[in-house]
Amino acid sequence: MRLLWRLLRGMPAYLWSGWGAAASLLLFVALWELGAAWYGALILPDPRTTFATLAALLQSGAAWPELAITARRALAGLLLAVAVGSGLGLLAGLSVTASMMSRPWVTLLLGMPPIAWLVLAMLWFGAGDGTPVFTVFVACLPVVFTGALQGTRTLDLHLKDMARAYRLPWRMRLLDLYLPHVAAYLFPACITALGSSWKVAVMAELLATSDGVGAALAVTRSHLDMGASLAWICAVVGILLLLEYGVLEPIKRELERWRSAGGSQPLA
Amino acid sequence: MTLGFSLQVRGLDHAYGPTAVLQGIDLDLPAGRIAALVGPSGCGKTTLLHLCAGLLEPQQGRIDRPQGASAVMFQQPRLLPWMVTRDNIALGLKARGMARAQRHQLAREMALALGLPEASLAQYPAELSGGMQSRAALARALVLAPALLLMDEPFSALDVGLRGQLHQLLLARQVQSAMAVLLITHDLMEAVRLADEVLVLAAAPGRIVARYRPPGEPQRRGDALVHRCAAELLQHPEVRAAFDLPAQAAADAGMGEPSPEGGGKWLPAAQCRAEHAGHGC
Repeated sequence: MRLLWRLLRGMPAYLWSGWGAAASLLLFVALWELGAAWYGALILPDPRTTFATLAALLQSGAAWPELAITARRALAGLLLAVAVGSGLGLLAGLSVTASMMSRPWVTLLLGMPPIAWLVLAMLWFGAGDGTPVFTVFVACLPVVFTGALQGTRTLDLHLKDMARAYRLPWRMRLLDLYLPHVAAYLFPACITALGSSWKVAVMAELLATSDGVGAALAVTRSHLDMGASLAWICAVVGILLLLEYGVLEPIKRELERWRSAGGSQPLA
Repeated sequence: MTLGFSLQVRGLDHAYGPTAVLQGIDLDLPAGRIAALVGPSGCGKTTLLHLCAGLLEPQQGRIDRPQGASAVMFQQPRLLPWMVTRDNIALGLKARGMARAQRHQLAREMALALGLPEASLAQYPAELSGGMQSRAALARALVLAPALLLMDEPFSALDVGLRGQLHQLLLARQVQSAMAVLLITHDLMEAVRLADEVLVLAAAPGRIVARYRPPGEPQRRGDALVHRCAAELLQHPEVRAAFDLPAQAAADAGMGEPSPEGGGKWLPAAQCRAEHAGHGC
């Protein structure tokens, strides 16, 4: 209840702070308009036509199922990656050996292009949900893992000693000592992972499945329908913006309220 | 001594790799007494405290801790920055599995007793001043009602007035309970003011070179007595050597004539090699 009240009270200030972001987005749209006027509608349709196409797609009800399918795949892969990555990252961060060992693995996983995973996944999982979900999972895992690992490694040794001196049981060490600190590293990682989860999901659908936004993009491409292509892209980007600023950012603010308290860091 | 020993250390050696840090430490701390451990920086004081707190395993020798709880107050407050003061103070109680309402009640009582304002209980440590943070750290230790309190230069970052206040609060609490306190400090005045017994540690390797008992009870020592005892402590040749002070001229020392108000008492220390009639070891 207290939490809800605090969220509601912080809402106007948060929305107000969105004006800057809105202005910068509108500037982008203006540049797009300029480009459209320069190259013509065949190369780059102007924003108004694109948004009209998108509105028509949404109104006819054709867009929702495709968006829902892509969202399901992207979020399933992301959730799996966050669960596995943060768990493993925390464990690896607790041991020096494990964190040293995992470094090259992370480089290896990050260096492997998602498209290569996609080829493998198509062979392993076929044309169902498995392919995009797996590809998203593999693409997001190292990002989340590194965040959790870094967070765990950087916890102040003094606080760890304090926790031992006061005999905190393992549950309290996890929930009251490690997680609040690790969250500061894990959250930015999750936001990055969210972005790549959508990109990778659309890419996987484009090549591997017959439904979802990616498949719809493949159809518009074959029809040379630039307006519809851009409309789909706008829909995906719009959902991404909504998720990041509507869900993740408020959660992050709530979790890190202590950071802004007092305006400065406490003594080490 | 009828009281049981709260902390007993026998023949403790400790080394970090090839470097000996502590050598042949013997220490007896009865319940209800305060021992102060003074010594120069890097003489192994903190290592000894970590050993006593169980944060390090003894390599050689034995440490017997009391059955009841022990609590540690560190050099920095070390409060969890993401917890409000009340939760920080109640941390040790929560670790013991005490119910939320009860531990908040105890934390609040302790905080108020130590002079923390009610409003600060709902604030994060970053919002508190240094003195408030130290009070909160002391409250976190005392709220456990420990049988043994280990303190590592807990007041070194505070100004004279605040330090004096916290000394009084600590002594008042310590008299009420039969708590034993091991205080580490490099401030001789603080040691002489608070302790029943002052142990002087010399560096490389850390060993106890002098034991000194200031007169009277800690609560009743006035400023003048504390100054005189600190001066007396500083005249001991082993103490001067431990702190790397130049040796004193005999005329300056004035050890032969006991002060009319009565000074402290020197006790035998195992590792004392000074040949001086005045200090009795």
